[in-house]
Amino acid sequence: MRIYADNAATTRMSRSAIDAMVECMEKEYGNPSSLYTLGQSAKETLERARTQIAAVIGADPKEITFTSGGSEADNQAIRSAALAGRKAGKTHIISTAFEHHAVLHTLKKLETEGFEVTLLPVHEDGLVRPEELEAAIRKDTCLVTVMYANNEIGTVQPITELGAICRAKGVPFHTDAVQAVGHLPIDVKAQNIDMLSASAHKFHGPKGTGFLYVKKGLPLLNLIEGGAQERGKRAGTENVPGIVAMAAALAESAENMERNTAHLIPLRNRLIEGLKRIPHSALNGDAVKRLPGNVNFCFEGIEGESLLLLLDDRGISASSGSACTSGSLDPSHVLLAIGRVHDVAHGSLRLTLGEDTTEEEVDYMIKNITEVVEYLRSFSPVWRDLVSGKHPFIL
Amino acid sequence: MALYSDKVMDHFRNPRNVGVIEDADAVGEVGNAKCGDIMKMYLKIENDTVADVKFETFGCGSAIASSSMATELIKGKKLDEVRELTNKAVAEALDGLPAYKMHCSVLAEEAIKAALDDYYSKHPEKL
Ligand SMILES: Cc1ncc(COP(=O)(O)O)c(C=O)c1O
Ligand SMILES: [Zn+2]
Repeated sequence: MRIYADNAATTRMSRSAIDAMVECMEKEYGNPSSLYTLGQSAKETLERARTQIAAVIGADPKEITFTSGGSEADNQAIRSAALAGRKAGKTHIISTAFEHHAVLHTLKKLETEGFEVTLLPVHEDGLVRPEELEAAIRKDTCLVTVMYANNEIGTVQPITELGAICRAKGVPFHTDAVQAVGHLPIDVKAQNIDMLSASAHKFHGPKGTGFLYVKKGLPLLNLIEGGAQERGKRAGTENVPGIVAMAAALAESAENMERNTAHLIPLRNRLIEGLKRIPHSALNGDAVKRLPGNVNFCFEGIEGESLLLLLDDRGISASSGSACTSGSLDPSHVLLAIGRVHDVAHGSLRLTLGEDTTEEEVDYMIKNITEVVEYLRSFSPVWRDLVSGKHPFIL
Repeated sequence: MALYSDKVMDHFRNPRNVGVIEDADAVGEVGNAKCGDIMKMYLKIENDTVADVKFETFGCGSAIASSSMATELIKGKKLDEVRELTNKAVAEALDGLPAYKMHCSVLAEEAIKAALDDYYSKHPEKL
């Protein structure tokens, strides 16, 4: 059996997205900036995609800027707000401790450029407290950026409430919604979202394509200088096939969202219940306020990479927040942010289910993960010390 | 390209000399759970020779493979030779490790050195 359980890393392109992409490459190969018919036809195709995408999140097409993906959208959103802030003498930014590196590293860079960054705690459940955001906002705060759903532990933030607080205080609010778009219903107007980042490959579109929503009236800084594409905010000939495929994938995800959610939640809960039966294990992040397909566990006494390799041998593709999978000595900053100590964070496993995951696959995963954890514990000196009482169990 | 060589995967999937020696003459444990790899080596020593060796490892694929390979390299060897074992020899015997995984082989060398230290502290006359 081969099971793909890493849909948070990327997803398989949907049939309709592939078809849309191929058709576009074959027929709409004109440059949207060219004035002859072929070019203008490509331009129309591009604008149709923009309209389709805007509709899914309740935005105006003019508020959508196409980017190379989530990372670029995050960079552009944050840099734009920072520049506007600096011009107004405001250099304080609020975010959270467990953002994606596309956000955290941009903020780190801004710190070296004179900005002050406050990272809100995300607590044991992986959730931001609205009152803590409210208390953190200052007169010189120029941006609040909080991810919609976390890519590792899947927790979904109270975005509407956070947005309302920012709106009331007049602070621009950005959300990295890369893991949420296409999976959760989003309405940027109703939720007071000023800027939102998305990436096509997380919702069955192609890699290397994404978009940034920016509310009308907010300034947008272009990171890439050149031609006048994207109203001068993002130079470079548009990735028309990628964008068309993204629109097709998003339209499909939006249309099937209710059905997909109804399919995924029982499977997710079945997997959580099954893995909970492994002694000294724990679910990471709130059990309910999480993405429909996200399961993330820590297993005490084992290390994540060896778990992944053995699961791969059994046909399961998954991921881990262990240090040795990241190439650094520290385990995932997300797990540390929710208070997992290093010892336990190294033994993490993320399984992210997709629309085609079956109950049979879930049961296969439970059985095989249980066996592999037991096997790795059988020769783990850490596990030995826990069992013998030399060190107390943490989980 | 795969992350690891076939040799690493073989030792990872079928680690040699896994387990514990209850009446070991020497035990060495290195690493810590903070950095993600811990190795424990148990040696049985007879006539200044490693008569038996077993290991336990908490760690990544290359940590497990390095421990396994290290035990093979020292089993039946004179202590003088064992003392000369380097992490490079372990990594080479595994047909190489990715650069950022070399620290796992260092741990294997250190675990064996720690076991030898334990042995010599109990038997200073052997030094
Ligand atoms: C939450 C989050 N933000 C940003 C990104 C980056 O997106 P991309 O790979 O499209 O640059 C990802 C995906 O890796 C993500 O999960
Ligand atoms: Zn390692």
